[in-house]
Amino acid sequence: MGLLDQKTGNGGVIVTKFDDLINWARLSSMWPMGFGLACCAIEFMSTASTPYDLDRFGVIPRASPRQSDVMIVMGTVTFKMADRLRRLYEQMAEPRYVISMGSCSNCGGPYWQHGYHVVKGVDRIIPVDVYVPGCPPRPEALIGGLLKLQEKIRQETIVAPVAIEKFLEKEATNDI
Amino acid sequence: MIFEEILEQINAHLSDTLVKSIDENASPKAIVIDKSSLDELMIFLHKKDNLYFDSLSCLTGLDNGVEANTMEVIYNLYSIPYDHHLMVKVILERTSPILPTVTSIWKTADWQEREAYDMLGIKFLGHPDLRRILMPADWDGYPLRKDHTDQEYYRGIKIDY
Repeated sequence: MGLLDQKTGNGGVIVTKFDDLINWARLSSMWPMGFGLACCAIEFMSTASTPYDLDRFGVIPRASPRQSDVMIVMGTVTFKMADRLRRLYEQMAEPRYVISMGSCSNCGGPYWQHGYHVVKGVDRIIPVDVYVPGCPPRPEALIGGLLKLQEKIRQETIVAPVAIEKFLEKEATNDI
Repeated sequence: MIFEEILEQINAHLSDTLVKSIDENASPKAIVIDKSSLDELMIFLHKKDNLYFDSLSCLTGLDNGVEANTMEVIYNLYSIPYDHHLMVKVILERTSPILPTVTSIWKTADWQEREAYDMLGIKFLGHPDLRRILMPADWDGYPLRKDHTDQEYYRGIKIDY
């Protein structure tokens, strides 16, 4: 409860930026949509289990895209699944984030050359925020990815969206 | 029942020329037949009291490549009560790989024939529902053929790395 410790004065009044409050709320309750496609899903399950305890980050797996904030793509994305994955991503309410977990969803993994059926990176279908390397990544690595995403969310601001600023900057210099 | 006894049964009850050759190296040992006698042989193997091949363990399609210009369909049969095996191979022309279905004998052939169709484009006449089973319905080509090359794009997604 870092926010409360730092901001609580004697009068029981919290003074903070609205940005900080929103970001704190968002990064403390990243409900992932489990998208288990292969062995990475097993690794995710052990991350969610008692020894690693994802709950302490406010990460509670949901079964529906409409209740989820972050999609963790864990496993091999085939072309047949690509449609479904895209549709489920679009059903998630904004703000939404994507973690690509494991080599397969990062870049096709072991199927990069002869895998005619594998999408060579889930970022060809949906935008990805954090890539977690590994085959499959250990639970520590996945937790590392979630912390990276928390860091990213902490930098956000509702008054000046960074992505749009960057886009406008690029547009101004005709760099697109 | 060992292979030689099964072979004897086949020769005794069906035409002598039905078994074209024998593959001793296969495991279990295989008989090679023409596709025209497939129906007759399979019904016999299934129905005959002391053979009773009630289980089709596996059905495989195989592409021997452009040079050999043949394809094969391989049936692995098993009799659960008698505990004996038999492999049956059918060799097909690569240009038009068509043969009759065995779904009316073994229900499990349904999906396995669909897989052979999906991967190699082998067509099974009389199959109740010959659609692709693994690849998307609008996929082009048969990926396990030796001369297969990937499409460049699938629904706007680049396929190559």
